Amino acid sequence: MIAEALFFSAVLFIIGVVGVLIRRNAIIIFMCVELMLNAVNLSFIALARLHGTATGQVFVLFVMTVAAAEAAVGLAIVISIFRHHKSVDLRNINLLKG
Amino acid sequence: MLQELAAVDTHPLAATAARFVGLLPLLPLAGFLVNGALSLVPAYTRGPADPSAGGAHGSEHAEHAEHADAHGADHHEVVRHPFAAVASVVGPLVLVLSFALAVAIWMAMATTGEVDTPYVRSFFDWMVTGDLHVRWAFQLDQLSMVMVLVITGIGSLIHIFSIGYMRDDPGYPRFFAYLNLFVAFMLVLVLGASYPVMFVGWEGVGLCSYLLIGFWFSDKANADAGLKAFIVNRIGDVGFLMAMFMIFANLRTLDFTSVSAAAPSLGANSALVTTICLFLFMGCAGKSAQLPLYVWLPDAMAGPTPVSALIHAATMVTAGVYLIARSSALFALSPTACITVAVVGTLTALFAATIGLKQWDIKKVLAYSTISQLGYMFMGVGVGAYAAGMFHLVTHAFFKALLFLGSGSVIFAMHRAYHHTGNHEDAQDMRNMGGLRKYMPWTFVLMWIATLAIAGVPPFSGFFSKDGILGAVFARAEHGALADATWLGMPGSAVLYVLYALGLVTALLTAIYMTRLMLYTFHGPNRTGEAERAHLSEAPWSMTGPLVVLGALSAVGGWLNLPAALPLGPIGVLEKWLEPVVGSSTAAVAGVVGDQVTSTEYFLIGAAVVIAVLGIVIAVVRLKPAAVVPARDAVPTHGFEHVLEKKYYVDQVYDEVVVRPVVGGSRNILWMGIDRGIIDSLFVNGSAVLARGVGWVGSQFQSGETGAYAWAIAIGALAVLGAFTFR
Repeated sequence: MIAEALFFSAVLFIIGVVGVLIRRNAIIIFMCVELMLNAVNLSFIALARLHGTATGQVFVLFVMTVAAAEAAVGLAIVISIFRHHKSVDLRNINLLKG
Repeated sequence: MLQELAAVDTHPLAATAARFVGLLPLLPLAGFLVNGALSLVPAYTRGPADPSAGGAHGSEHAEHAEHADAHGADHHEVVRHPFAAVASVVGPLVLVLSFALAVAIWMAMATTGEVDTPYVRSFFDWMVTGDLHVRWAFQLDQLSMVMVLVITGIGSLIHIFSIGYMRDDPGYPRFFAYLNLFVAFMLVLVLGASYPVMFVGWEGVGLCSYLLIGFWFSDKANADAGLKAFIVNRIGDVGFLMAMFMIFANLRTLDFTSVSAAAPSLGANSALVTTICLFLFMGCAGKSAQLPLYVWLPDAMAGPTPVSALIHAATMVTAGVYLIARSSALFALSPTACITVAVVGTLTALFAATIGLKQWDIKKVLAYSTISQLGYMFMGVGVGAYAAGMFHLVTHAFFKALLFLGSGSVIFAMHRAYHHTGNHEDAQDMRNMGGLRKYMPWTFVLMWIATLAIAGVPPFSGFFSKDGILGAVFARAEHGALADATWLGMPGSAVLYVLYALGLVTALLTAIYMTRLMLYTFHGPNRTGEAERAHLSEAPWSMTGPLVVLGALSAVGGWLNLPAALPLGPIGVLEKWLEPVVGSSTAAVAGVVGDQVTSTEYFLIGAAVVIAVLGIVIAVVRLKPAAVVPARDAVPTHGFEHVLEKKYYVDQVYDEVVVRPVVGGSRNILWMGIDRGIIDSLFVNGSAVLARGVGWVGSQFQSGETGAYAWAIAIGALAVLGAFTFR
């Protein structure tokens, strides 16, 4: 049971990483980040159950809270970028270079 | 340590005035602080081109002439310092107090009887590191006592003289501040109980000498003269330092008493002790203006005349003689070093005397005379006649201070006369003087006393002291450690006979050039000019008074140390007084000397007198003061005479051989090559280029592409994970 849960969590996480790496759309990258967070959440839950403690579940609640806050801020930035560039393609956003 | 302290406390001098020895330099130091504070108040505020020189100084005539033109012929542009009166009291007073204390200590010393060991008073630990334990300690013994009396006594007289001489100078308190500071350092020099403490004084007097030579620093020549003195002295100081290092490396101590006690362990006539002595002598040659480092002393005459009298005649320049007498235990071990000192001293004496024959600047003649007389002193201490050398040091302090102060009076009068009429001739050039005896009778008589003293005419002081030295050289040539030694392959005895002969020749030249100075200055027709003649007069009594005292000392100073051959009073007082300090060293060099007076001694004395009188007669017969023309009409000289007038071109040769290569090398190799070429372009600019390159490479990673950052993070995370997994 634990093996399947962790395997599924790893698959989800890798999908998220690959999405962040290869996609250019800010919204999709954003969703992939959420995917990675949820993959971690899943392994927290699974391990909490395995150990029979509540610590992992508490962490999950924290992660979800932070993710929600992050979503609020992140989406606001994305909207702001879209208003400026008329696009959410990250290749256009490279002002901070050396 | 405790035992040492106990030993000090039980010293017979500990309960006397000698325990206040620390006050001796502190009094002048306090004077320096007061006068130095006063000098911070400016005398006046005028335009930037204003000369700070007043007093007597040749090159300032142009300025005075302008003032005279602007304000009428009889106008004095005198800028007195607002606190001149305070400085006039404080400056000399601290010296007189110091002298009074010195006399009290001397009386205590004389009445205590047998003071065979020096009284060392330690104040605090100065340098304690490893084996090195240097205490700030003063050493009172017969030798330092003589020096202290000379410094404070002559110093007091010269300070009093300076009141009159410098009173119209805007830098008046500054002058006294420097002069007080000089005396403080000079007392540290002679009282220091170890080489490092002495070195503090040694460097301090060098500093004050520099400050006072360049006292009228707004004239570049004066500032340069100060620098020259400072730099040439540093060359000698290298020798002093090297000697100090070698003494410590071999004896593990720097205290005079311990060094004297441990010196024999260096081995008699070993290369080591000879090297130490020669390095010490290098320091002496710098400080006491011996060949080849004498060149700074003639230029040092750029300073005010009281400075020349105090520092560059009576006290500081004799520090080298004192150092050798103080290190006599070392020198007594090395006949080679002793003969070297005597040879250099003799050659310097002869060399400087020949230059003195043809100088026209009255102070330059005295400067070369000083170098020459210092050569005599080194001749004396070189042959182990430390008492004779110190005796000449003392009498020379009397008559040379008198000669300098007398010349100061003359220059003062000349300057004042020129000042009245707005003339801007050179007030120090003897060609512009002549016939001053009518106008300055006191100075005239007193300077003749000093001249007879320096020429070696009995019964004046210089006769006895010079005769003591020449007699000692002759005696060492006859028998003793030096006669048996070899010097550069030559038998010591032969070398010393030659030195004696050269000493006699120098005595002849001394008599000639001093008589020449007197003839051209005081005799013959007056060459100052009609208008100036009316203004020539004797200096005020505050200036003539010290001259009278010095004149009396110059006349009777010989009684300090009468030779056994001339029992006109107690014999050899100074020699007996110095016996506990230098007696054993003298005996080591001289061997056993019989007390009986031989006919040879009378012959030597007779020869010295004849030589001195002969010199004066030659000068009187050959020189025609009436034929001298004022400086502006002088015709150029030719041949050897010209070479002498140009001082053998030594300055020019040094300039070409030393100064220019050093300056050129510094400019082209050190500055343009190493500093600008390697340090500036390679290190300074090179490091900037390197930083910029590294920064450029780093900036290329900052592409601003979020995707690239994400890849970098992912790969980095994988690498970290991999490292943890496969470790």
